[in-house]
Amino acid sequence: MSKNFPADSVGVVKPTVQHFTDPLMLDCGRALAEYDLIYETYGKLNEQRSNAILICHALSGDHHAAGFHSEEDKKPGWWDSAIGPNKPIDTNQFFVVCLNNLGGCKGSTGPVSINPLTGKLYGPTFPIVTVRDWVESQARLADTLGISKWAAVIGGSLGGMQTLQWTLQYPERVSHALVIAAAPRLSAQNIAFNEVARQAILSDPEFYKGRYYEHNTVPRRGLMLARMIGHITYLSDEAMRAKFGRELKEGKLNFGFDEAEFQVESYLHYQGRSFVGRFDANTYLLMTKALDYFDPAREFNHDLVKTLANVQAKFMVISFTSDWRFSPERSREIVQALLRNRKSVNYAEINANQGHDAFLMPIPDYMAIFHAYMQQVAKEVNV
Amino acid sequence: MIAEGKKLRTELALITEWIKPNSHVLDLGCGDGTLLLHLKETRQTTGYGVEIDHHEIVQCIESGINVIQANLNHGLEDFKEDTFDYVIMTLALQAIERPDILLRDMLRIGREVIVTFPNFGHWAARMHLLAGRMPISRALPNEWYNTANIHLCSMKDFEHLCAQLDVKILQCAAVDTAHRSTPAMKRFPNLMGEVAVYRLQK
Repeated sequence: MSKNFPADSVGVVKPTVQHFTDPLMLDCGRALAEYDLIYETYGKLNEQRSNAILICHALSGDHHAAGFHSEEDKKPGWWDSAIGPNKPIDTNQFFVVCLNNLGGCKGSTGPVSINPLTGKLYGPTFPIVTVRDWVESQARLADTLGISKWAAVIGGSLGGMQTLQWTLQYPERVSHALVIAAAPRLSAQNIAFNEVARQAILSDPEFYKGRYYEHNTVPRRGLMLARMIGHITYLSDEAMRAKFGRELKEGKLNFGFDEAEFQVESYLHYQGRSFVGRFDANTYLLMTKALDYFDPAREFNHDLVKTLANVQAKFMVISFTSDWRFSPERSREIVQALLRNRKSVNYAEINANQGHDAFLMPIPDYMAIFHAYMQQVAKEVNV
Repeated sequence: MIAEGKKLRTELALITEWIKPNSHVLDLGCGDGTLLLHLKETRQTTGYGVEIDHHEIVQCIESGINVIQANLNHGLEDFKEDTFDYVIMTLALQAIERPDILLRDMLRIGREVIVTFPNFGHWAARMHLLAGRMPISRALPNEWYNTANIHLCSMKDFEHLCAQLDVKILQCAAVDTAHRSTPAMKRFPNLMGEVAVYRLQK
């Protein structure tokens, strides 16, 4: 490992692409005849293949969860705070797998991939994928890696929903489920925010019904707006106040609309702009739909208790006090349903003022719970 | 919940005697999970602890005890009627905002309830009050202004509440802070018992 990286970093990592040729039937009725999944792994798979951990990413995440892509890389993976030697997901003990989900734009098959049937980019013709479809594809990746059972499936936000789906879809393949800052389904308010984000993209004149690639452009303003709206919901009122207050960029009012005047505006513009450079608008649309559609209890007459009756995994559910996107009450719905089924469940509500984003941050109380639980997992799989 | 005074292992032994093997148990204010771990090992119980303190929760997880972070003052709505064989709460009743409401809620979700609390009718407490001061003792070590114990009661008071709530007292014991029971405590529990232990049913 390079001396430039901290001792608790996994160091330089390289993604792998796995090609699949077994058609994948999707919830929407269409099928993917073939597809790629890009993934990274950290740590070593033990001989019994019992120490594998699956990390599921959230809305704008990808397969690069930890470490760096080169010696010069300044920015580690999106969950580097939790993954690495001696971190809660300890890569000295576990073999960690993280993939980019189908429909993504970072190397797994998605709108920016070539459709083998047409020889052209999928673009807006890429089928709408669901959390169930993702779990199915993740299970196939597990098969190719020789992992019949995950020691743990772990995810925050939309990643937590995939974790929950795993315990329903493949109950026998998950020993532990860590569902963090998640919900058993979106609320009307959540869907409303997603719809505003989608409309921002869809109404951008540069969107061209999703065929913007053919016009050599991107719906820059729409995607930027979508990300700005997203960011408002990721932070708490308190965190925004602490971070920006009413600070003015230039220290004075400019009586105009041309520039960002308040620091919070400047922050949102920056987040929006940088997102445009690294994310695809069609993928964003797909991811928000996957969120909206997720509702495993729908098949059980909206009874979450019945929905979770057959899960076998042991659960650790974590929420954050200031998270209003997926509030603690939403996590408690999951906990309540598990309790009523007499399932093994732990629940921690972390005192944090960072809002939904807290799940990505190394908050000491959060890390302590996370670490303690993962040590129990390690004990069980004898690592 | 903050329980003043030290919970000693002998108290656990007393409660353990009352618990039938293979029961499903809920321990409210479970602390580091000592009692649940003991019950799991000696009575093969299943169940959960409820705790508000972060550090205690970490310890529960480290002991492999299932724990739910919650504030007991917000009720037990996450739990369904008649879910548990026993709902236990040791040395926390006196720190609850509305012990009467919580007690009723405990009886809703549990077939039996076991509670322990510092007995305010203990002779030493009475001596303090006779001298015109709030009691300070081994069971109640803090001053009136910094104590978490906001609803102190004597055994007589508690039994009065049980009668009002139509709660059946199945078993009762009075012990000292080391949770030993002497003949005097058995004869005059409300005067001699420092800590009261009750087993209840609706």
